Amino acid sequence: MSVDVLIAEDELSILDSLDFILRRAGWNIESVTNGEDALDRVRQTRPRVVVLDVMLPRLSGFDVLKQLRADPATRTLPILILTARGRQQDRRIAEELGADAFVTKPYSNAEVVRAVAQLLGEDAGSA
Amino acid sequence: MLSADLVIATAIAYVGLLFVLAYLGDRRARANKKIWLNSSTVYTLSISVYCTSWTFYGAVGNAARSGLEFLTIYLGPTLVFVGWYFLLRRLVRISHLYRITSVADLLSSRFGKSSRLGVLVTCIAVVGIAPYIALQLKAVTSSIQAVAGTSEFGRGSLEGIDDVGLAFGVAAGMALFTILFGTRHVDAKEQHHGVVAAIAFEAVVKLAALVAVGVFVVYIGGGFEGIFSRAADLGIDFASSTTFDARWITTLVLSIAAIVCLPRQFQVTVVENSNENHLRVAGWAFPAYMLLMSIFILPIAIYGLSVMPANSNPDMFALTLPLNAGQNGLALFAFIGGFSSATSMIILESIALSIMVSNHIIMPLVLRFTPSSQGDGQGMSKMLLVARRFSIVLILSLGFSYFLFTRDSDALAPIGLISFTAIAQFFPALLAAIFWRDASLKAVTTAVTVGFILWAWTCFLPSLDSLSPAIAALLVEGPWGISWLRPQAMFGLEGWDPLAHAAFWSLSVNVLILTLGSLLTTPSALERIQATAFVDVFRRRGMPQRNFVRGSATANDLFFVAERVLGEKRAGALFESAARESGVEPAVLDPTPEFIGRLERELAGSIGAASAHVMLSKVVAGGDVSLEEMMQMADEAQQVIEYTQQLEKTSTELRLTAKKLEDANAQLRELDSQKDEFLSQVSHEVRTPMTSIRSFSEILLDSDDLAPAQRRRFVSTIHQESLRLTKLLDEILDLSALERGERSWQNVPVDAEEALDRALLVCDALLRQKGMSVEVGERAHVTMVEGDADRLCQVFINIISNAVKYNDADEPRMWVSSTVRGGSYIVEVSDNGPGISKRDRKLIFEKFWRGVEGSGDQGGAGLGLAISRQIVARMNGSLELVQGAAPGACFRIRLPIVGKRN
Repeated sequence: MSVDVLIAEDELSILDSLDFILRRAGWNIESVTNGEDALDRVRQTRPRVVVLDVMLPRLSGFDVLKQLRADPATRTLPILILTARGRQQDRRIAEELGADAFVTKPYSNAEVVRAVAQLLGEDAGSA
Repeated sequence: MLSADLVIATAIAYVGLLFVLAYLGDRRARANKKIWLNSSTVYTLSISVYCTSWTFYGAVGNAARSGLEFLTIYLGPTLVFVGWYFLLRRLVRISHLYRITSVADLLSSRFGKSSRLGVLVTCIAVVGIAPYIALQLKAVTSSIQAVAGTSEFGRGSLEGIDDVGLAFGVAAGMALFTILFGTRHVDAKEQHHGVVAAIAFEAVVKLAALVAVGVFVVYIGGGFEGIFSRAADLGIDFASSTTFDARWITTLVLSIAAIVCLPRQFQVTVVENSNENHLRVAGWAFPAYMLLMSIFILPIAIYGLSVMPANSNPDMFALTLPLNAGQNGLALFAFIGGFSSATSMIILESIALSIMVSNHIIMPLVLRFTPSSQGDGQGMSKMLLVARRFSIVLILSLGFSYFLFTRDSDALAPIGLISFTAIAQFFPALLAAIFWRDASLKAVTTAVTVGFILWAWTCFLPSLDSLSPAIAALLVEGPWGISWLRPQAMFGLEGWDPLAHAAFWSLSVNVLILTLGSLLTTPSALERIQATAFVDVFRRRGMPQRNFVRGSATANDLFFVAERVLGEKRAGALFESAARESGVEPAVLDPTPEFIGRLERELAGSIGAASAHVMLSKVVAGGDVSLEEMMQMADEAQQVIEYTQQLEKTSTELRLTAKKLEDANAQLRELDSQKDEFLSQVSHEVRTPMTSIRSFSEILLDSDDLAPAQRRRFVSTIHQESLRLTKLLDEILDLSALERGERSWQNVPVDAEEALDRALLVCDALLRQKGMSVEVGERAHVTMVEGDADRLCQVFINIISNAVKYNDADEPRMWVSSTVRGGSYIVEVSDNGPGISKRDRKLIFEKFWRGVEGSGDQGGAGLGLAISRQIVARMNGSLELVQGAAPGACFRIRLPIVGKRN
């Protein structure tokens, strides 16, 4: 079964809620809790979309993003950046590094679902 | 007994010898062979002109009458010379730099080159010194009479000549001698090498003579012991407590002032000084000289009192004792010694005074009445000499007059003290001149004038009481019967010693006026310039003196002026050397302000600062410029200078302020960025639990179909995250309070071991969950430290749980130990975890720092270590990371033990 969304998030409770709402939207979900695992899983399971937290252990979300964009195989992989720092400069960095969407914590569930659906090429709330 | 002819012949022969010495000294000086003339020995000996016939005769009399009081006259100068570094060095430096020629010149020059002040000081000095000159005349006259026996034996060639005639002869002789000696030419800096040489010789003669008499007296008196046992037999108590009274303090103060302000002392100590280093020697050698001089005074006085008839004059003991013992040779030597001490004083005092009179009174008058610079070219130099000779005659005449008026009084010392009191009126002004920038001309002039008037009223006038019954009546009743104006009981101050009374009133009013006046008046610009030049003489060496602006003067005009004062030869030499320095012919020398300034200083050396200034201003500014206009010019120039200085000061201040602002700004920016960082981190830490809470509550809100277990799990997460949020906010507030130095607990003695046990117990569950084993090593027993048990426990829990949380070893282990060492309780917690990398060692105690390996929900916000460190610090202990601990990290907590030392 192919993976629709790979979630990289180290806060377990947040991961738990993301897993729930995205699964409820009808997608296949896989999750990791650090940057290195995120890279590995992207290469192995080829998810259609990555939801990437910035403050990840071992390898930050931005570093993961940078490496994915540097790899021709994942250059166009849709990536949604999550951040809790909420600073304007984080959004700018994310855009410069080639992120496709940017969501600031705390978010509304609908916002995340809509963004992921858009990246998947589906209508929001279609599930 | 000696024949009068012999005595007088000896005196004349002695004077002749002095003359030869002076002549040779001058010749050597002119040939520039001044080696011995410039030695510190000659300098010191010349200063001993302080010891006059007052010392030679008067001190013996004083000792016989008043015991040890005579010593104060030497104690004051000793203090001044031992402390030469503070006062004399400054005076000498200033006088050399500005070519000061006398006390009058010093004060006039310092207080805005005021000619009026110069005149005032000169007049006071001339009048004030008259009694002192009279003292010498009286001493010489009495000594001739004593040694030639006219007064006691009524025969010899002096028969028919009374003491007045004799004194007149002495005065006339002295005047002639001084004129021949001191006024042969006008010298640049008023240094008189020949005279100084003669004075130094006299210093040796008078010392040798007094010591010879002293040794003789001690010898025939049975040694010092024998002499002092005579004193006991006579019932004389020389060290009685009454000796140390107001009079004692008065004479001490007066002698301090006199050694500096007496015209002749200023002349030899300051003006004739050729090398500042000589002060170093004089600093001990002159006091030593005075000690030698005074050591035999008491024995001579005691022995005299015990063997001489009761009505004999104790002032003459030094002569009459040898005569009495038939030692005519010794008596003659003693006579020469006393004569020597009188002549040296008269010569130098009148030279010094004549310089003051000619520079400050006669020269300004001459300048006023020769308005243009077209005068007799040769004349100025010659006229100066004439003026000085006239002054010498005037001074000796005044001294002789005073002698005439007071010849009934018999003691010598009181006469000298009258002069001391007059001269002491300059002392406050002199000190203010060189130490106090704010002292002003008006204040000094008023202070000196009032001091002098009070002296004349309370000191001088009473000394003339035998002159007229009116004066005697005045003393008793006061003027017009006003009793509080009685000269010796001013303002009801009765019962004081007359000298102490006079010195008290004149000096204290003098000082009071000087101080208050200076504080209330604003000095003129020229005064301020001079004040800075004098007071800051050591701070700004070689600071250019106020100069003239370049006027219409040519080198020719200036040469003409210089020639009038300095004579053709010296003026020529001066101009040639200046021309050589600027590399041109003397005829085309450019009169730069610097050169004019130099010329002014040269002229000041001959005619005083004020006169030189006026004289040059006439030439430089083109003839008809008045002194007032010159002053105004100087004022304006000074204003520009001050304005510039103010600007400089302001711009320096601005620069400093800008620098400070820059620093403060950088600091603010740094703080601001720290604050941003902090807020951003707080924001992150708050947003994280908020995210879960919001997300799960939305799920709960819009999903009715959740399984009960699921619903329960979500609600429990919301609850946990809320607690986490609360804890975070608590921690932030806690840390912020701790960082401000606040403490929410009282430091009381608590058992640290118990806190550690409790922490281990609390962490037990966590440890077991992780499967971590704890090895408890060495443990201290009950150990009391200052702190709060719960907070201490909190710190231990934080350290232990960190060791647990961040340990990812396969077999996680931890070691805990506690010891007491060097007065401290020490706990160490180490583990076999990843340790702290070198880079992170500095960061771990920072806020929001978290181990890289920390996984989300385990840690707090990363404030734990920061808080722990603050808590320990508030308990006066320390929390640190032990360097080089392997394999994992090791934290050490150190707390001072209560109640135990070591």
